[in-house]
Amino acid sequence: MKILHPVRRSKGKERNGDESRVLLLRLEMHSDPSLLCAVRGAVERLTESFGFTAPDCRAVTRAVDEALTNIIRHAYGGRPDQPIEMFFRSVHRHANTKSSDGLEIELCDRGPSIERAQLCIRELEEVKPGGLGLHFIQQSMDVVEFKRAKGTNRLRLVKYVRAAQQDVNE
Amino acid sequence: MQISSRQLDKTTIFDVSGDIDLANSPAIRKALLKEVRDNRTPRVVMNLSKVRYIDSSGVASLVEGLKASRDVGSRFILFGLSTSAREVLQLSRLLKIFEVYDNEEQALAG
Repeated sequence: MKILHPVRRSKGKERNGDESRVLLLRLEMHSDPSLLCAVRGAVERLTESFGFTAPDCRAVTRAVDEALTNIIRHAYGGRPDQPIEMFFRSVHRHANTKSSDGLEIELCDRGPSIERAQLCIRELEEVKPGGLGLHFIQQSMDVVEFKRAKGTNRLRLVKYVRAAQQDVNE
Repeated sequence: MQISSRQLDKTTIFDVSGDIDLANSPAIRKALLKEVRDNRTPRVVMNLSKVRYIDSSGVASLVEGLKASRDVGSRFILFGLSTSAREVLQLSRLLKIFEVYDNEEQALAG
């Protein structure tokens, strides 16, 4: 795994509607499960420095870990040498005179297209192993979006910082 | 992740330390199923007090251990759950299906 751009807040501000985005960190890794702990460590530190509460730090870390696990298992079928890219951006959103800061994480892989049926969450009432990863991701993040473009699967996750008087509704 | 086992009468205690994720949950699953199915140990106890993180594959391994123990009529017990481990079991609504204790003394007395 290599860190291509350590935390950087200055240039490269993008506009996406009423939401501004700034690249903080870009990670590139192979689809090797033994690297997951290193990514969790990086995400934990990033979320702490971003100002998330301890439960939200754990939630974001869990979501990224589960998303990577899904990529390794399902997109790459367990092959440990395939490319995964992660982009971590700060997002600032204005809506209805309120604003909120968040962390956007985009995970990219070059595996085959994922069928929508494969993204279904199993019923939690069933006591059986497996099928929990996507549930954990959706429980942990405010925005979960998947799209495929130019041979790349892109999973976009956003978590907004919850301030005391901040109303965060997606 | 490291896993070791201790025997206490008709009980096997697995002491696990480190994170349980995709890289090592198969080892947890293998050890659990061997103890439950092959050795038919009446009571299998998981000491998770030194486990900081469990992902969905780790939860799946614990569920497999639980189901196997139900199949053979043995007990499967967890103790020492970290905040993170407790959170994932709550998120998956599985916390209530496991026999969970705070510490080893309670787990063995239960």
